[in-house]
Amino acid sequence: MISVVYFARLKEVLGLAEEQLPQSPATVADLIDLLAARGGVWAEELAGGKVFRVAINQEMARLSDAIPEGAEVAIFPPVTGG
Amino acid sequence: MVADVIVVQEQDFDVAAEYARFAGDATIGAVVMFVGRVRDLNPQPELIALELEHYPKMTERALQQIVADAKARWPLDAVTLIHRVGPLRPAEQIVLVLTASAHRDAAYAANAYIMDYLKTEAPFWKKEVTANASIWVDARESDQTARQRWE
Repeated sequence: MISVVYFARLKEVLGLAEEQLPQSPATVADLIDLLAARGGVWAEELAGGKVFRVAINQEMARLSDAIPEGAEVAIFPPVTGG
Repeated sequence: MVADVIVVQEQDFDVAAEYARFAGDATIGAVVMFVGRVRDLNPQPELIALELEHYPKMTERALQQIVADAKARWPLDAVTLIHRVGPLRPAEQIVLVLTASAHRDAAYAANAYIMDYLKTEAPFWKKEVTANASIWVDARESDQTARQRWE
């Protein structure tokens, strides 16, 4: 099981701040495929060529990175602080 | 030896008070200050406020990493990094970076480095609130390019 958290514009568009997934996708790319397969806004945001960022356990991650069991994976738009 | 300060907070900061932390430390020969403020020259008219959201569990860790990387790269005596969150009105202060070093080259470069990384790696997001709408600010390609010059 892993938890997935969403922030900023993605949180609003997906209508979700946090969820628990019973599955444990092996990599970030696998997780994104799983979420995009939900269709609708999920596919538009995550498989439609839009840019997003991912963090695993609060560290920036890449699509090829492995997701440890029980991890908190965050998906969010490119950051705009400062 | 002045300790580093790395804080995320809703309340405003006082640049004079932050600078005063370095008083009396004769190893510090140069202090560079950057203040980021809410500007109102966006395509979006009549900006009422900027909402700053962040990822609380990750933010401080990301800022600490950026400061640690800067300190590994330049001889810095102390760094102050304060970033505000929540609703901010035009002309309000958003972020403060103070870099103190024996030498001005290090203080200037480290200050720019910290801001370039903060703008691309630290999990903050701005939303512009106007009378009729609220719109998330898009990330800028130029910020990415600015960060890449340090790689």
